[in-house]
Amino acid sequence: MQPEHVILSPQGLDTLIERLRAAGFRVLGPVARDGAIAYAEIAGVRDLPRGWRDAQSPGRYRLRRTGSPVLFGFNLGPQGWKRVFHVPQLRLVPTDPGQEESDGKAEAPLALLGVRPCELEAVRIQDRVLRAGAFPDPHYAARREGAFLIAVNCATAAETCFCTGMGTGPRARSGYDLALTELVDATGHRFLLEAGSERGRALIEEVPYAPARESDLAAARAVSERVSGAMRRRLPRGDLRGEILRRLESPHWEVVARRCLACGNCTQVCPTCFCTTVEDHEDWVTGATWRLRHWGSCFDEDFSYLHGGRVRPDIASRYRQWFIHKLATWHDQFDTAGCVGCGRCITWCPVGIDITAEAAALLEA
Amino acid sequence: METVEDLVLGHPFFRDIDPEAGRVVAGCARNTVFRSGELVFREGDSADWFYCIRSGRLALELHAPHGGPIRIDTRGPGEVAGWSWIVPPYRWYCDARAVEEVHALQFDGACLRRKMEDDASLGYLLYKRFVPVILRTLQGTRMQLLDVYARPGR
Amino acid sequence: MPGPAADVRAVAGADPWSPSPARVRERRRETGDTVTLALEPADPAQTRFAPGQFTMLSLSGVGEVPISVSGDPDEALLVQTIRAVGCVTSRLAALKPGEALGVRGPFGTGWPLESAAGRDLLLVAGGLGLAPLRPVLYHALARRERFGALALCYGTRSPDDRLFRGELEAWARRADLHLAVTVDHAGPDWEGEVGVVTRLLARTPCRPERTVALVCGPEIMMRFTARELEHLGVAPGRIHLSMERNMQCGIGLCGHCQWGPFLLCRDGPVFPWERIRAAFGVRGL
Repeated sequence: MQPEHVILSPQGLDTLIERLRAAGFRVLGPVARDGAIAYAEIAGVRDLPRGWRDAQSPGRYRLRRTGSPVLFGFNLGPQGWKRVFHVPQLRLVPTDPGQEESDGKAEAPLALLGVRPCELEAVRIQDRVLRAGAFPDPHYAARREGAFLIAVNCATAAETCFCTGMGTGPRARSGYDLALTELVDATGHRFLLEAGSERGRALIEEVPYAPARESDLAAARAVSERVSGAMRRRLPRGDLRGEILRRLESPHWEVVARRCLACGNCTQVCPTCFCTTVEDHEDWVTGATWRLRHWGSCFDEDFSYLHGGRVRPDIASRYRQWFIHKLATWHDQFDTAGCVGCGRCITWCPVGIDITAEAAALLEA
Repeated sequence: METVEDLVLGHPFFRDIDPEAGRVVAGCARNTVFRSGELVFREGDSADWFYCIRSGRLALELHAPHGGPIRIDTRGPGEVAGWSWIVPPYRWYCDARAVEEVHALQFDGACLRRKMEDDASLGYLLYKRFVPVILRTLQGTRMQLLDVYARPGR
Repeated sequence: MPGPAADVRAVAGADPWSPSPARVRERRRETGDTVTLALEPADPAQTRFAPGQFTMLSLSGVGEVPISVSGDPDEALLVQTIRAVGCVTSRLAALKPGEALGVRGPFGTGWPLESAAGRDLLLVAGGLGLAPLRPVLYHALARRERFGALALCYGTRSPDDRLFRGELEAWARRADLHLAVTVDHAGPDWEGEVGVVTRLLARTPCRPERTVALVCGPEIMMRFTARELEHLGVAPGRIHLSMERNMQCGIGLCGHCQWGPFLLCRDGPVFPWERIRAAFGVRGL
C-alpha cells in the first residue's frame, strides 16, 4: 500500500524536484529576486529562498534574511501563480510566433512547488471562472492542463493574512498533488509530505522517504494551529454578501474613494482577478496588425467605457465594483467566493487600504 | 343617434366620470370636424376652446423663422388637446393643425370656467383629469429634451 | 479536485477569442450614419443565431465591437446593422461588398420566443434598438399563428432616423401587425406621430395580462418603457430588456460588461425586467 504521509529531508525534496524534471516537468518555485519573493524556474533546492522571510503590513513589504535554514519561511510575494496560467499579456491574432509552445501544446507541463493554501484556492477559483463556463479559455486551459501542484502549508502568518476566516488556509485541504509542511525542531529540518492525487502518490515512491510518525503529524498540526492563532485580520462574519449588497449606496464608498488612488495594484496582485482588455494594434510603417490581450483592471477609467461615456466615472463606483465583486457578486457569477484571504491587496496598496477594515467600516457606516 | 352627452361620457378623457358632472360638462360641448391640413388654433390667439379627439390626429407646431413649422407633439384618438383655456391669459402658445381629418368634441373654455368657478368640486374634478395629462406630457417632453436617440457623446 | 480536469482537452482546437473571416455580400444605407451589412462568414455555422443575439465584428488592427444581429433567422446570411459612432463602427460601416472582416459569435441569450408562443407579443424599440428586434418580427410573421396580437411600437429621433423604412411601410399595411411609429420632432411633411414611445403603449391591441413585451433602446427609454408596461398591467417577468455594457470578449471571460451580479454577455444581453429592476436602481453599478 502506498503511504499517505511520509517524511522527506531537504535532500529528499531535491530528489523530488529532480524526479519531476526528469519526468519532463518544468518546475517553478519561489526565489528571492529584486527584494521580493517571485516564482521562477528552479533546478533544485539550492534555488529556493533559504533563510528569507517577509514582513508585510498595509502598504509595506520587506524581505529580510534570518540566517535560518528554513526554505519556506516567507508568506507571499506580490505575484501569485496567476501569471503562469493566466498570462499577463498574450497575442491573440495572429498568434505569437512560438505560441504553440507557450500555449503548452509543445511545452513541458508545469510543476508548481510552493503553492500556498490560499493560492491553491485561487487556482480553484480561476479554474471555475476561466475553464468551467460555456466558453473555456483555451489559453488558460492549455497552461493549466496537467500542471503538477505541490502545496506548502504556511508556517507563519503575515500581518496582512486573513485566510483562516475565509476557510482557505493555513493548511491545504485539497486541490494539490502533493502537500508539504516544513518542520524545523529538535528532530531536525524535514518535511511532512502528503499525497493528494494518484500522481502524487506515484511520485512519493520515487523519492527517498521515511515513514511519518504520530509526532510528525502532531508537529505539522501544531504549525497550522500556531499560524491560525497568529492571524489577526478577518472579514466580518455572517451573511457578508447580503450585508454588502444592502449597502450599494452607502456613503462609505465615498469615504474610501478619498484615499483610493485607483492605481489598480490590488487587481494586479490579486490571485483571482481575471479581467482582461483586448487591444488591436497596427504598425504604421510595416502595416502589420496584431491583437493583444492583457490583464485589465476595473480601476481603469475606461474599463466600463460605453460609447459616449463611462458607466463608472468616479473612484467610488470603481472601488465599489472591485469590492462587491470580490466579496459578493462573484458568488452570483461563479457560485464561489472571489477572495481567498491572501492579503496581497492590503500589502501592495500604496495607501494601505485594507479590505477587511473597509468591510467592517462599511457594515458600521 | 348619439347625443353630445353620450359622446362626452364615452370619451376616454371622461371615463368613469360622475354622470351628473358629465352632463354639466357636456353642456359646454359641441361636435366639430377639421379637414386634413386645417389650422385648429394659432399661437397667440385667444384660447377659447379645448378638444377631445374622437378620430384623426392633430399636430402641435412651433414656427421657426427658417425651416418652417416644427412638429413637437401630436394628439390622437382618445386624447385631449388644448390647455391654455384653463390658465390666464388664455392664449395659445403654439399652433395646432389637423394632419388628417379630425372629429372632436369642442369645449367652450369660458363656459366651463364659469361652471368651475360656481362649483369648486366640478373644478377639482376637471383638474384631476387635466393634471395627469399635463404631467405625462411634461415627462414626455423631458425625454424628448434628452434626445436619447442622438449619437452618443454629442 | 485531484489533478487537472479532463473535460477541457476538447477546446484546444477552437479559440473563442479568435475571429473567423467573413465577407460583406451586400450593404444598404439605412440613415445618415447607419448601414446594414449582409455578411457571408467562411463558417456557415455563424449565420445561425437566436433573435436577440449579437456578434463581435472586427477589423484587424482597428478593433472589435459588439453588434446585434438584425436579419432574418431563416436566412443564410448574417445581417447586422451598424451605426457609425466611433472609430471601429465608422470603419465597419464604410465596408463595401467583397471586403473582409472578422466575426466571433453569435453570442448571448436571445429573446424568450418560446415562452412568448400563444401570447400577445409587444415589441418596443427606440432608435437603433429596432435592429435586434427585427429578427423577432421576421420570426413571428413567418409563424403568425403561434402568437396572439402582434405589435411594434417604435420611437426614434426624427422621420429620417427610422431604420428599415421600406419594411416599415410594408409592415404598416399588414392587418395582422399593429405598427405605431413616433418621432421626437419632425417637419410639416411628417404625418405620423410626434412624442415619446411610451405614449404608444396603451393603444396597442395587446392585452396586458397575456402580453410578452420585448424592449430595446437607450437605457433611459427602456427604463421608462418597462415602468409604463408594468403600470399597464404587464407582469414584470414578461417584460424583457436588451442591455448594453462594454462587451469585449462576448464569452464571459474578460469582465468588462459586469453589471452587479451579471456578466451581460454571458447572462444577457436579454434579461427579464423582474431580474434587473434592482440593478437599475443603483447608479454607477
